[in-house]
Amino acid sequence: MPKRLNRREFLTTSALGTAAAAVGTSALSFPAIVRAQEPIRIGQLIPFTGFLGAIGEYGKQGATLAVEELNEKGGVLSRKFELITEDEANPGVAVQKARKLIEKDKVVAIEGLVSSASCLAVGDEVQRAKVLLINAGANSDEIRSKRCHRYVFSTEGCNTQYVSAIGNWLIKERKVSRWYFLTSDYAFGHDLLRVARSLLAANKGNEVGSDLAPTGTTDFSQYITKMKAAKPDLIFHNLAGADVTNFLKQYAESGMTIEVAGGVIDSAFAWPVGESLRGHFPIIWWQELNNPASKAWAARYMKRWGRPPDNQAYGDYLAVHAIAQAIDKAKSTDSAKLVSALEGHTLTGAMDGLKGRPLTFRAWDHQLLQPMYVVAAKDKAKWKDKWDIFEIIQEVPPRGSALEDIAIPKAESQCQLEPLA
Amino acid sequence: MTPAVFAEFLLNGLVLGALYVLMALGLSIIFGMIGVINFAHGALFTLGAYVAFQVQGALGFAGALVVAPVLVGLLGMLIEATLLRRLYLQDPLQGLLLTFGLAMVLEQGIRLVWGLSPKTFNVPPAFAGAFTLGALAYSKYRSFILVSVILLIAGLMLFLQKTPIGTIVRAGSRDPMMVRLLGISLTPVLTLVFGLGTALAAIAGVLSAPLAGVQPAMGVNVGTAAFVVVTIGGLGSFWGAIISGLLVGQVVSLSIYFQPRAAEASMYVLMAVILLLRPRGLMGERWEKFD
Repeated sequence: MPKRLNRREFLTTSALGTAAAAVGTSALSFPAIVRAQEPIRIGQLIPFTGFLGAIGEYGKQGATLAVEELNEKGGVLSRKFELITEDEANPGVAVQKARKLIEKDKVVAIEGLVSSASCLAVGDEVQRAKVLLINAGANSDEIRSKRCHRYVFSTEGCNTQYVSAIGNWLIKERKVSRWYFLTSDYAFGHDLLRVARSLLAANKGNEVGSDLAPTGTTDFSQYITKMKAAKPDLIFHNLAGADVTNFLKQYAESGMTIEVAGGVIDSAFAWPVGESLRGHFPIIWWQELNNPASKAWAARYMKRWGRPPDNQAYGDYLAVHAIAQAIDKAKSTDSAKLVSALEGHTLTGAMDGLKGRPLTFRAWDHQLLQPMYVVAAKDKAKWKDKWDIFEIIQEVPPRGSALEDIAIPKAESQCQLEPLA
Repeated sequence: MTPAVFAEFLLNGLVLGALYVLMALGLSIIFGMIGVINFAHGALFTLGAYVAFQVQGALGFAGALVVAPVLVGLLGMLIEATLLRRLYLQDPLQGLLLTFGLAMVLEQGIRLVWGLSPKTFNVPPAFAGAFTLGALAYSKYRSFILVSVILLIAGLMLFLQKTPIGTIVRAGSRDPMMVRLLGISLTPVLTLVFGLGTALAAIAGVLSAPLAGVQPAMGVNVGTAAFVVVTIGGLGSFWGAIISGLLVGQVVSLSIYFQPRAAEASMYVLMAVILLLRPRGLMGERWEKFD
């Protein structure tokens, strides 16, 4: 039997209703920006657990800072932003969380992701649901090539961009031709190994050894002993997450002096290596970038969170701003319109990518074209503080060269975007 | 493989095995005496590393190596005296559930207190680099781990064999009823044993800290390996844990040499084979208590 209101309940309810109506009326006299409006919800998927867990914290802080900045300026289309963050954990969970963000939270777009395996799975899901996804942390070429999607964009660089940056530099400047690969045994590692191998082959180098290590490996001593015995010129690691920390620490501790480099580095995993850090790496953003906008951002982040941003904080910060720019340009929150707005879009205004040159989303594979930086581990004697571990050696491609130079060439890409509708 | 490389492989396997032994001994002593499988062992390993990280600035590595296990051991004793003790007369599953829950609380607690980012923990300067012996160049710090573990095992053996408390521990794990009939209270001994087991996990954590990054999930793999080691060695057996820890260390490290992708699976294969041939484990005895 449906519950009937008694007299007292009726009175309280109607009194509340009247009060609410009064508040509603008075709200009309506020400036339009402050008027209570449904916020624009952005979903974030980022790892908080597992071997990639440490960077989730940075990604969340970066995205939060972006949302705060946007809201301070009154939001976009007179609507504020709201960030809803979920743990991407593993591909299965990531897809479930993506569904929750889309169906329950009704997010306008999703950004984030770090594991390539999770990003591939979520990419398929958002394409089905026709919701915009901006990949801010997964590197596999596959995401932009064979399994690219109309609704998926990448602000994160892909393995080809990273490897071209570091590989060409290594071969030209360090003259290393005998390489030994150490690779994380999952989607990202395999993809990175493939790209690094083809670069080495194109330069007529030799592969003297290659090992696959399971993710979450804590003891690398046997791999290091094998490397030592193979006598390479260079050890090239295709590892991710906490494995990078463990490997680089143990590499230094083994007393080995063979040159080491990697296909990618997250500063969040390089910082804990501390003074024993060695080697050369490609990175998408570093705090020493000689650019006022970038330095100002790093200072704002430091002030807000009490530590400098890492490259993942930069990635998620960039992705949230890209979504906001798309909404502003499309004057809509409809995902299909956002996709059209972002194709060929050049980042503008206060958030132009912080790199002092225009960055554009390629229309045919949705990759944001941007420079990478070759960094070298800095000698501890030259550190300003414990965060000051890298020095920038080179911007790739250099100013004046096209950003296309390090990206996947159209002829080699297998990307076929689906129709928009 | 040259002899020097081969020797290095054996040494790597020994160091890995030595850490497994420490973990497994703690588990084994607790199980032998209390009959509880401590699922929180991996988390206590992690806690040991974090406490060491916290105190090493003030006390140095040597201080941390002493203080962290003591503090974690005290926490273990507190857990035994306040929580675990209530469950001795209950279904053994309850003890399992308690330690399982503790593992989660500890791991999330570590995330809350110290954050998600890995912490920097450098190799102590005295042990940085490698020493050379003929063609062999081997890490000083790994050698230090090996020596420390040997000393610890010797100390533990002396404690169990030569001291009155050690005698009670051994007697208590065989026949608690008889010990009680002799007028000896086992209550403080059980607390001590649980504390000792957790302190061993913490020592393993501190020793691993300079090699592996100090991060919230660092105990997961080692914790699992410790269960495998104890199962292979025989539940509750002191020498079983030692022999099987060293064996698993060598098997894992040799499989990395020949077939790295099988490295993780190799210890489980070994466990399956041993359980098929000898269900109670290498040195496990048939005890009425556990039949």
